[in-house]
Amino acid sequence: MPSKTLGESLFERGVSRRGFLKYCTALASIMALPPTAASAIAAALEKAKKPSVIWLEFQACTGCTESLTRSHAPTLEDLIFDSISLDSHDTLQAAAGHGAEQAREQAMKDNWGNYLLLVDGSVPLGNPGFSTIGGVSNLEMLQETAKGAAAVIAIGTCAAYGGLPKASPNPTGAVAVSDVIKDKPVINIPGCPPVPVVITGVLAHYLTFGTIPELDLHGRPLAFYGQSIHDRCYRRPFYEKGRFAESFDDEGAKEGWCLYKLGCKGPITYNACATVKWNDGVSFPIESGHPCLGCSEPDFWDKGSFYQALAQGQWGSAAGLGTAAAVGIAAGAGAALLARRKQHQAREEQP
Amino acid sequence: MSLLDFARGPGLHWAFIIFVFGICWRFVGTLLIARRIKLSTPRRTDNWLMGLKAIETRSWPVEEFHRVIRFQHYSGYIWHISFFIVLFFFQPHILFFKSILGISWPGLPNDVILVVGAIAVATLVALLGRRLSHPVLRKISNVDDYISWLVTTLPLITGFMAFAHVGGRYETLLALHILSVELLMVWFPFGKLIHAVLVVPSRFQIGASFGRRGVRA
Repeated sequence: MPSKTLGESLFERGVSRRGFLKYCTALASIMALPPTAASAIAAALEKAKKPSVIWLEFQACTGCTESLTRSHAPTLEDLIFDSISLDSHDTLQAAAGHGAEQAREQAMKDNWGNYLLLVDGSVPLGNPGFSTIGGVSNLEMLQETAKGAAAVIAIGTCAAYGGLPKASPNPTGAVAVSDVIKDKPVINIPGCPPVPVVITGVLAHYLTFGTIPELDLHGRPLAFYGQSIHDRCYRRPFYEKGRFAESFDDEGAKEGWCLYKLGCKGPITYNACATVKWNDGVSFPIESGHPCLGCSEPDFWDKGSFYQALAQGQWGSAAGLGTAAAVGIAAGAGAALLARRKQHQAREEQP
Repeated sequence: MSLLDFARGPGLHWAFIIFVFGICWRFVGTLLIARRIKLSTPRRTDNWLMGLKAIETRSWPVEEFHRVIRFQHYSGYIWHISFFIVLFFFQPHILFFKSILGISWPGLPNDVILVVGAIAVATLVALLGRRLSHPVLRKISNVDDYISWLVTTLPLITGFMAFAHVGGRYETLLALHILSVELLMVWFPFGKLIHAVLVVPSRFQIGASFGRRGVRA
């Protein structure tokens, strides 16, 4: 029996054509494509065969899977996600043990060279035993599965940059997927967790155009990570005016002023939170009154306190500066004494 | 480690260490340096009072030369005052000082800071133009003068760029701004910028010395 197209699958599940086109238009808008691209996306998605997807989960908290599957139901994002042929996913699949592994191997065999490999979680290099699935180390499984993949998508900050497991002192020797896979295109979709529509948006882009989207210097799709949270933040006018909340419960916070002083990392964080938001467009962290943590940036765990403002630097310690002052005073005194001695000698040598 | 991480972390740390070391070295070295042997009888005994008076009188243009030096003198005031306003009253800067000193103070609206910052840059450009176009001033200028001008101007320019998000990604511009401040801090004790620390004691010394000889300082 021939496999259904994505369009057939969606319409069978009760998605109206109007709703489908609306999603495609929104997607084209988010990806900064011209309005005419919406119909191209719709046509391509409607006819696209369900792509085979293998999802590997390594050193992760499952938050990325939760983000997508439990975001809000039912939406086109999760319906599209449901409509792909998710042949292997350790958390979601019913099979367990050797059966689960057989599902992955079968999917690889049936779709060799064409399946998408989605990876969630970092890869420990310190010791193969730190994280295994069915006795196979994460590193070995990633290398083996990536061989037949058309593209690799690193879902979440752990897979994209190492995330929390890589945070200092990185006890497991965690690395990002792109540190292991060098011969395949790796698309990073960071976030802790990533925005659901960004995950499906990248999948839709691949299904529509058959290519990977344009990426930024950190391997992220520019369409979703091209602008900083700060640039698209609705509180930005308060930043421009210099109106800042000083604490979480002061008048400024109640008035919805800028959270820069409370440690907001929006100015250095690139993500789609401020535009597509969360929970079906309800809000995003800043709208809920909390500063952006910068979770879609590499090593965000190791950039000091979440509540330290960007303007604050790590200037060192009082002991370090005290030592510098002591050495400076000694050097100054030494130089002055040397000069005095020279003057004294010169005076004595005078006739 | 990103450029911003370096600028906010090790870069700032070492800039502070060099800054503190350099200032202590120059200040103590200058205070303890050998004094000229005084062979004559002093004409006045209240030299310290003359020293204090010189701190004040040297803050204003000498009447005889007022017409000649007024541009440089007043533009110097405009530059210093506008620079200090930007440095101490821009709210992100106050956050920076709070992280070091533990205290904060009210800031000025960003619009005010932008105008004052523009005045500071314009004054610096005008002063550089005068230095380059004035034959005598150009003759007595050395590399130190131009480096000091550059390291003082760069933080203002990069600060504008970071604030307005012009010329690159914000994290890069912020990193460049912090690095330019670090460059200023590293150069500060070793070039002519040390005048900020030595101006008061040196004026006192000149006043006291002139007073001893009965000369108006």
